[in-house]
Amino acid sequence: MTSPIAGGVDCDLHPAVPHLTSLLPYMNDYWRDQVTTRGMTDLISQSYPTNSPISSRPDWRPAQGKPGSSLADMQRQALDKFGSAYGICNPLYGVQMVFSEDMADAFCRALNDWLVKEWLDKDDRLRGSIVIPVQSIEKAVAEIERCAQDKRFVQVLMLVMGDMPLGKRHYWPIYAAAERLGLPIGIHAGSAYHNPPTSVGWGSYHIEDYVAQAQAFQTQLTSLIVEGVFARHPNLKMVMLESGFTWLPPFLWRLHKFWRGVRMETPWVDRAPLEIVRSNIRFSLQPVDAPPEPDTLNRLFDHMQSDELILFSSDYPHWQFDGDEVLPQGLSPDLVRKIMIDNPHATYPRLKVKETTR
Amino acid sequence: MNVQIRERPEAASSTSIKTAIADCDIHPARATKDELFPYLEKRWHAHLETFGIQAYQGMMEGPPYPKAQPNASRRDAYPPEGGPQGSSLSFMQKQHLDPNNVALGVLNPLATGQGLRNQDLAGAICSAINDWQIEKWTSKDSRLKGSVVVANEDGASAAAEIRRRAGDKNFVQVLLLSRNVEPLGQRRYWPIYEAAQEVGLPIGVHAFGFGGNPITASGWPSHYIEEMVGHSQCQQTALASLVLEGVFERFPKLKMVMVEAGFGWAPSLAWRLDKVFSRLHTEVPHLKRKPSEYIRDHIWWTTQPMEDPESRDHLFQTIEWIGWDKLLFATDYPHWDYDEPSRVLPAGVSDANRQAFYLDNAKQLYGAS
Repeated sequence: MTSPIAGGVDCDLHPAVPHLTSLLPYMNDYWRDQVTTRGMTDLISQSYPTNSPISSRPDWRPAQGKPGSSLADMQRQALDKFGSAYGICNPLYGVQMVFSEDMADAFCRALNDWLVKEWLDKDDRLRGSIVIPVQSIEKAVAEIERCAQDKRFVQVLMLVMGDMPLGKRHYWPIYAAAERLGLPIGIHAGSAYHNPPTSVGWGSYHIEDYVAQAQAFQTQLTSLIVEGVFARHPNLKMVMLESGFTWLPPFLWRLHKFWRGVRMETPWVDRAPLEIVRSNIRFSLQPVDAPPEPDTLNRLFDHMQSDELILFSSDYPHWQFDGDEVLPQGLSPDLVRKIMIDNPHATYPRLKVKETTR
Repeated sequence: MNVQIRERPEAASSTSIKTAIADCDIHPARATKDELFPYLEKRWHAHLETFGIQAYQGMMEGPPYPKAQPNASRRDAYPPEGGPQGSSLSFMQKQHLDPNNVALGVLNPLATGQGLRNQDLAGAICSAINDWQIEKWTSKDSRLKGSVVVANEDGASAAAEIRRRAGDKNFVQVLLLSRNVEPLGQRRYWPIYEAAQEVGLPIGVHAFGFGGNPITASGWPSHYIEEMVGHSQCQQTALASLVLEGVFERFPKLKMVMVEAGFGWAPSLAWRLDKVFSRLHTEVPHLKRKPSEYIRDHIWWTTQPMEDPESRDHLFQTIEWIGWDKLLFATDYPHWDYDEPSRVLPAGVSDANRQAFYLDNAKQLYGAS
């Protein structure tokens, strides 16, 4: 087993909203009335059905309520357990699925305020991601600017499957705001289900949707790179969360080959895709889609040609590993330190290195 | 791999004797628009003149994302007698089959009846294409073998066309495309798999096609390169669908070839499938084995466009994860991203693996000599 070291940054924790009604105190009268009189149901996404095995490790599942809904459990099972100095909260509540930009805006604001009050205020290790109403660029930028005043928000959160590919110029005001405010864009697994959850249509099973997250991340990377997001915003970092990463090398071989062949189509892409990934893109550690063999994993890291791409994550409470094996077997102590401490701090400028841990 | 046309000495082909190869992805084209008419009932001539071809994409002519080259093909591949690239057997022989010593060439006709909205028209065109493959290509050059194209969205019609070609040695596989109205594992496509298994033909699943779904799970991208790269993600999800729907449990003798979609992603996809399956297997109790085992036993991969990492060790390790016995060499002639046979494999491959890669795997799979 590879042991975690103290002072790490857990970049992917999922605090659960117990129910839509939990957000009522954070809504204005109009939206509180809408939720109540229309009998709106809980916003649980098909990406993570509450009782699906993927949504919680069996031994992390609480006796009642949603996995990840208890701060005490998160502290005991993740923050204390892995000795983390910081934990970044990425709420996956299904606010992106609604179609009205006004409703999405009201729900995102409530969700962000809920995160501050119920989580960030209660444990000083916790940091937050700003969930935005992507249905409206104007409102998304306003929400980023509103939340960013609280320095405990360290990133902006988007889903990997939304209405349009994320490189589209339509989204660039979001990226400009994030870059200006020192916030990476976290792109997390999950779909708004505004498009079929695979690029060949609707499958039959939850397992298909979950496997297909990896392919969605691949197409988003293509879009972000070839649209020129990082030529325009060279200081913007994007973090692929719960994306898997073992697909990255062969994906880049292909993208690089085609970019060489048809780069006349996107002349603003002035660096090779691999270089853009090295400077601007990061990946959370879990899930590790590889056999549990140190030799294979080390070959995969070798194929990635960089030890700066991976950021430590437990993906709490999702079921990605068992026991204490939050780090896969076979990582060198140097790589463990990079993944757990150096790489996250290089990615999230709003985190301050805590003296006691260095 | 693009645009420049190099002057090549004509004699190069005859002076050097090259090892025989199989080319598992050759694209034959029609020289003229009405070249198929002799194989189509009269009613379709008028229909095509009046309504044209309506696929699951909006353009009446050409692709939704303009290609990087005319017809997505090499500029040096126009036949001297006229017509688009890939439309002349004699020029294909002179430019490709003879100089590269192609012993087995598998034809994968594109722009057929696949992906059309009118299923009667789709069936008629597919059947015509199959007749045309025999008359124009396979009966004139025994190195060439055809692929049975079928109306992919109409299982009954497709299965009937496959059974009509049963035992016909002009054909070595059934051809599907990766993008369809639904993921390929869905039951609407099972009559195709049932018929293919029955007549003993592998199914080639070539990247591309139209099914009406955006080519990303987050909507339509802007550029041709995104479509090009995106085909490998389509292929991954199509393969995941085939495995997870239990197609290989239901049709245990079925063999499939992933054509022109890359193979470097195969290990990562298989690992991910296995890992997620270990958590979610109760949702798919029809699967009796790990997903990776179905892939290992039922799937072959054509090589073009060849994976091209900076380090050849990375390539070799990837191939070892897949198996040297599963790769089928292909050039994609006459398309612009053609792979040159002599330059595809780096040095350091054993003779046995090289022989398997270039020829033997294909001969064994396709049962052609």
